[in-house]
Amino acid sequence: MENFAYHTPASVADAAKFLEAHEDAKLMSGGMTLLPTLKQRLAAPTDLIDLAKVPDIKGVCRDGDELVIGAMTTHADVHENALVRELIPGLASLAGQIGDPAVRHRGTIGGSCANADPAADYPAGTVGLGATFVTNKRKIAADDFFVGLFETALEPSEIIVGVRFPIPVWSHYQKLRHPASGYAVVGVFVAQTKAGVRVAVTGAGPSAFRISAMEEALAKDFSAKAIENIKVDAGDLNNDIHASADYRAHVVTVLAKRAVAAKG
Amino acid sequence: MLINVNMTINGKAVSGQVEARTLLVEFIRDHQKLTGTHVGCDTTQCGCCTVHVDGKAVKSCTMLAVQAVGKEILTIEGLAKADGTLHPVQEAFREHHGLQCGFCTPGMVMVGVDICRRHPNADEHTVRLELEGNICRCTGYQGIVEAIVDASAKMAGEQA
Repeated sequence: MENFAYHTPASVADAAKFLEAHEDAKLMSGGMTLLPTLKQRLAAPTDLIDLAKVPDIKGVCRDGDELVIGAMTTHADVHENALVRELIPGLASLAGQIGDPAVRHRGTIGGSCANADPAADYPAGTVGLGATFVTNKRKIAADDFFVGLFETALEPSEIIVGVRFPIPVWSHYQKLRHPASGYAVVGVFVAQTKAGVRVAVTGAGPSAFRISAMEEALAKDFSAKAIENIKVDAGDLNNDIHASADYRAHVVTVLAKRAVAAKG
Repeated sequence: MLINVNMTINGKAVSGQVEARTLLVEFIRDHQKLTGTHVGCDTTQCGCCTVHVDGKAVKSCTMLAVQAVGKEILTIEGLAKADGTLHPVQEAFREHHGLQCGFCTPGMVMVGVDICRRHPNADEHTVRLELEGNICRCTGYQGIVEAIVDASAKMAGEQA
């Protein structure tokens, strides 16, 4: 990889100032996507701003009806955290299905979401739970956060500080895992929240999306049968060497049914 | 521009000068001459370069040396006791023939130790899931899985 200057700011504010001052600087959290990207010379930032030394943006706490997860919290920590397991077991399960154990020890929720890989798992969990991204500038609803392929609503010098998850009544994640990469060929997150049923999909389209037809059907009858004939339009889905768009459309319904059936 | 780095590797304080882009595995192998840690794929997939950073298994090809400043690193060279007594996971790999060519073995053993710590008395299914990030092209994994299951039980027994 090309060389770069390495910085470890002590606060989010310092990191943001640095981003504003250096056009070709990049933020790094766990580095699980960024470092391989640099190795392949798909990116060559002049500066890497490592958030590892920023205090207070790591860890899990409860704030009323919400679970707040710091941006630098690793997938392993979310997976093993007692509060997450108790209050949002569907999210703990999702975090434990990302990559492999060594990757989960480094990769973070903030990094994964900011990267917005179309096949990443967290987009389904954040959209499916109706989470809110807290940045150094504002709050962004997960529904508005994932804009497109590797594209988010974040501004150039905006930094995710944490993610707020409303504690759901029940939630579950189902994933068709790519056997080599571990990414989701399709992943479906279903949640019964105080604001209604939410069904969010990752892996299938350019970015995470919800299926309102399934949400409405499940609101009336929370059963796998209620959604068995609801299919997403394959025309909007990813078509690549891993799976055709038609296959993905089929799998979305299969996984949604399995997720609902998991409630028993 | 070179950056001064210092960390602890296998209980010994070490320091050196690296470029910002120097990978942790390059610092371990090329600067510290600890060549037991291998580089297989260099793309975070094969797990040959697995070491422990502050007690957790990570892929040292996907971490910068500058990110390891101040941290405790454990490599395959630091696992056996000073008198040569093997770690229970190493011993189990020998007993169960958990290797053939040996290239993936340092990573397999390091991730095996991590698995045993997190999953006392791990069953076969758990071990197979946990080996997701480590690739072996010789053994078909049978001996590796048996070794980690056995070591996990023995280590749990020692702690009890």
